[in-house]
Amino acid sequence: MIFSEQWVREWVNPSITTEQLVEQLTMAGLEVDACGPVAAEFTNIVVAEVLSVEPHPDADKLRVCQVNDGSNTVQVVCGAPNVRAGMRVPFAQVGARLVNPADDSVLKIKKAKLRGVESNGMLCSSEELGISESADGLLDLPADAPIGTDIREYLHLDDKAIELDLTPNRGDCLGISGISREIAALNDCELKPVEIAAVAAQIQDTFPVKISAQSACPRYLGRVVRDIDVAAPTPLWMQEKLRRSGIRSIDIVVDITNYVLLELGQPMHAFDLQQLSAGIDVRMATVGEKITLLDGKELTLAADDLVIADGSGPLALAGIMGGENSGVGQGTKDVFLECAYFSALALAGRARRYGLHTDASHRYERGVDYKLQPQAMERATALLVELAGGKAGPVIEAEGELPVAPTVALSFAKVSKVLGVTIARDQIMQILKAIGLIILSDTEEQVEVEVPSFRFDISLDVDLIEEIARVYGYNNLPKTSPTATLALGKSKEAEIPLVRFKNQLAALGYQEVITYSFVEPALLQKIQPEIAPVPLQNPISNDLSVMRTSLWPGLINALKHNANRQQERVRLFECGQVFLRTGDVTRQPPKIAGLIYGELNPQLWCDSKKGVDFFDIKGDLESILELSMNCESYQFVKGSHPALHSGQCAAIEFEGREVGLLGALNPALQRDLGISDRVYLFELDLATLQAASVPKAAELSKFPEVSRDLAIVIDEAVTGGEIMANVRENAGSLLVDLRIFDVYQGDAMEKSKKSIALGLTLQHPSRTLSDEDINAIIDSCVNGLEAKFNAKLRN
Amino acid sequence: MVDTVSLVDEALHAIASSNDEKSLEQLRVDFLGKKGSLTGLLKGLGKLSPEERPKAGEQINVAKRQVQEALELRKKDLVEQALNAQLSAEAVDVTLPGRKQSAGGLHPVSKTIARIQSIFEAAGYSVAEGPEIEDDYHNFTALNIPEHHPARAMHDTFYIDPATVLRTHTSPVQVRVMENGEPPFRMICPGRVYRCDSDLTHTPMFHQVEGLVVDKDVSFADLKGTIEEFVRAFFEDDRDVRFRPSYFPFTEPSAEFDMSCVMCHGKGCRVCGHTGWVEIGGCGMVHPNVLKMSNIDAENYTGFAFGVGVERMAMLRYGVSDLRLFFENDLKFLKQFN
Repeated sequence: MIFSEQWVREWVNPSITTEQLVEQLTMAGLEVDACGPVAAEFTNIVVAEVLSVEPHPDADKLRVCQVNDGSNTVQVVCGAPNVRAGMRVPFAQVGARLVNPADDSVLKIKKAKLRGVESNGMLCSSEELGISESADGLLDLPADAPIGTDIREYLHLDDKAIELDLTPNRGDCLGISGISREIAALNDCELKPVEIAAVAAQIQDTFPVKISAQSACPRYLGRVVRDIDVAAPTPLWMQEKLRRSGIRSIDIVVDITNYVLLELGQPMHAFDLQQLSAGIDVRMATVGEKITLLDGKELTLAADDLVIADGSGPLALAGIMGGENSGVGQGTKDVFLECAYFSALALAGRARRYGLHTDASHRYERGVDYKLQPQAMERATALLVELAGGKAGPVIEAEGELPVAPTVALSFAKVSKVLGVTIARDQIMQILKAIGLIILSDTEEQVEVEVPSFRFDISLDVDLIEEIARVYGYNNLPKTSPTATLALGKSKEAEIPLVRFKNQLAALGYQEVITYSFVEPALLQKIQPEIAPVPLQNPISNDLSVMRTSLWPGLINALKHNANRQQERVRLFECGQVFLRTGDVTRQPPKIAGLIYGELNPQLWCDSKKGVDFFDIKGDLESILELSMNCESYQFVKGSHPALHSGQCAAIEFEGREVGLLGALNPALQRDLGISDRVYLFELDLATLQAASVPKAAELSKFPEVSRDLAIVIDEAVTGGEIMANVRENAGSLLVDLRIFDVYQGDAMEKSKKSIALGLTLQHPSRTLSDEDINAIIDSCVNGLEAKFNAKLRN
Repeated sequence: MVDTVSLVDEALHAIASSNDEKSLEQLRVDFLGKKGSLTGLLKGLGKLSPEERPKAGEQINVAKRQVQEALELRKKDLVEQALNAQLSAEAVDVTLPGRKQSAGGLHPVSKTIARIQSIFEAAGYSVAEGPEIEDDYHNFTALNIPEHHPARAMHDTFYIDPATVLRTHTSPVQVRVMENGEPPFRMICPGRVYRCDSDLTHTPMFHQVEGLVVDKDVSFADLKGTIEEFVRAFFEDDRDVRFRPSYFPFTEPSAEFDMSCVMCHGKGCRVCGHTGWVEIGGCGMVHPNVLKMSNIDAENYTGFAFGVGVERMAMLRYGVSDLRLFFENDLKFLKQFN
């Protein structure tokens, strides 16, 4: 809502400056978004009369005019096509200064010669005064404009246009009357509403009105006005008030309905009476019914659309926009004025459904004063008769189910309890009255009020408390720290905070990224083709249109962004939910994923370069698994995934369940994605990772550990994991540590065989191990490997 | 008489010219070993008369000690020389860079959430999280935003289907916690939220931290105090905080809160739109309908809730001028926060 400060000051005029008013409105919850001048900055422009117009001797398009500016008659050369003798125009005298609002450039008016003819000033257009975007001629002032008067004074241009960003609960402030009421309450000063007298009917013509949709349309007023002059010009004062509220002048009828909309907050509509047949019926649309609106758009209506219909069908989408065929046009002589109250619920969301948003729908959706219609109708009629002539008929009124004003009881004790401060009873009563609440009864303990017809946001005592706090001033309320019992909460030691994993990855050189949860379907299809993603109904763009099923697309995009910007080493991770839909159920498990690319270490003066490989990322992953306290419960098994290299892909299993993946990006996909070097990735289920266990200490053995190394020759297909598992099984409980310390495959080996060197550490809890004990265990391990894998001891 | 002098002279001369521990050891064997020349003199004592023996023996022992001392002294010298040679050979240019993995780090949004979290956790608030694909009920209805409410249009909601949305705020997490627990509640909910809006100052995904306190006798004054303490703790500065009435369907009274501008300290600049204030978030007393829908006794309990945009807090705290930088994930930008 944009309003003219001067217009409001006609209604209520507190002795505060514009700046104070702006601050006051903002601090009362009517946030001021902008406050600016209504015209350009200029000096020395006065009302002048053009006395004569002669052709310029040397220029076809220029005219030589004699102009009376109230004190002198001067000669002015003018190029405007509409200049004529006798017209009154704004005249910039020699010495005038005009600032162009578009670029802040300054024009200084000096005595000059135009094509050899002396010119002493400039006749101005509305554009030059900064009161319109463009103009094709001089601003033609009314014939009674007093010559010599400063144009700023004459057009009341020392005004500010104030733009409010109103919250949806404050529909009552979508008009000068409502804003004025609020300002009067805030300043405790007198409100002087415009006087509206009833316009007596001069003719007896009526047009029948019926309300079929009784709850959607509680009140409908209609009135016939005949013999109006639609060509009558809209007076400059009205054009200016409309303009300062951001509304363009159209024709006298539309301008008047818009004026009433701005002044009182009541949307109105004028039909061309000649286009109406039978009678008005306010009803719900029938499914599939069609209407062409004023903007030329044809709509197919739904059963919950409210329409104004006549004998021929829908004329207007009620409270939203009129129809193309029934509107006022150049040939209109008789109008049917509509002034109705439609319920907010009946209009909510309807305009948006058709991509519409109008001044009327904006107000109806937020609530229009349901007692306002008779006044608004009289106001519009009076203006119409005054400005466009015409004879008014009587007001026809139809009523549906009118709302019942809610009553609310408020206990003074609750005000103190909720606000944390005691506000005097008298002050509360004064505030409630000032904002228009009707006091029904009051005692020492409580007050009961009726909510006025213009407020739709008050139904509970807390709503009244907000009103009291608002007028009292939020910033006058105290600030305290809440008090609470010092109960201790829970502390789950077995649940590892996410930040530990993040910090560990950061220490390993990984940078956390945050990528959008929606990704490009084509990219996701390449990376995760086996899972159908959840699509958005209204994505912002196609490349952000499906919910991610993996964190990898985001990481890969981040890699590409950086690789394209000369980053040769990239190590990234991200934590966040992925979205997996099976049937009707969408799971949203949180994941942690990482990516490495380029050199293993930053280039150093002493070390040779080494690109990252599978075991680099696996080592990093193991180091975060170790934080979980049950690292040994995780198994890496050979896995497969469409996005990964078939020979370098591991599934991570926890208690037999796959909880993650690790591997090299499939080289074909890597090339397809335009990435020049190898990429290694992992993704892990966060819930599993975070669920650790509380450490449980074991008794330490006091007896010496014994180490034995074992080298075996084994089929190359047997994995390290299988060998380790077999050794663990056969070594028994005295094996305290086992590791593979060498893997060899090459010329010295038989083809398809490899040599594996194992280091075993043995220890007995209660005695020193003898050679016999040790040999027995080693034999058992060797025999086990031989039996299962046909492995041989290496000589 | 035995001739020790020439032997000692010979030994001392040889020791002095020895250059390593190995040749020194050989000299010890040659002179003092079981078959060494000085040891050999002792063997000749038997040939001397009993009167001469003690004196000769003494003379030989003196000679042996003399040689022994010379050997030890020389050995100490040689060890020292060798160490000095090693130290000088192993000297490095200490100004060359060390061997390390590059530094990674957390995203500034994560850091900001962690910081907000630590401020509230220190005061006994718990942290709750919830789903990002949320049902219409928890995102809107349970927050007193019925279907067709104009506030829904303000949310620029992403829809999955007519009854399922990407959460537009983290308030549904509060509803879920209230539904499944008993008051009192003191909690914050950080997380990703989504709005169908993308321009210079909006990204379709961003982060919020919302807070909720429900207890007996929680007042608007407590809310104001908490917000001011939070803003001052977060910015480590005694900034002015002001509260403006606003409207959220889930709180009543509702407010937006502003902080005196970080750039101009309230004088007015481009960052604050020349008002001297920057908007930080929204807050209010939990609407009784919201409490009732979550089965909380709205007669006996009151509560307050607040929400801040994490990116906004990070921008103001770290001086980031463009919101979109947070999601471009350019390493040069991100590394500044490590």
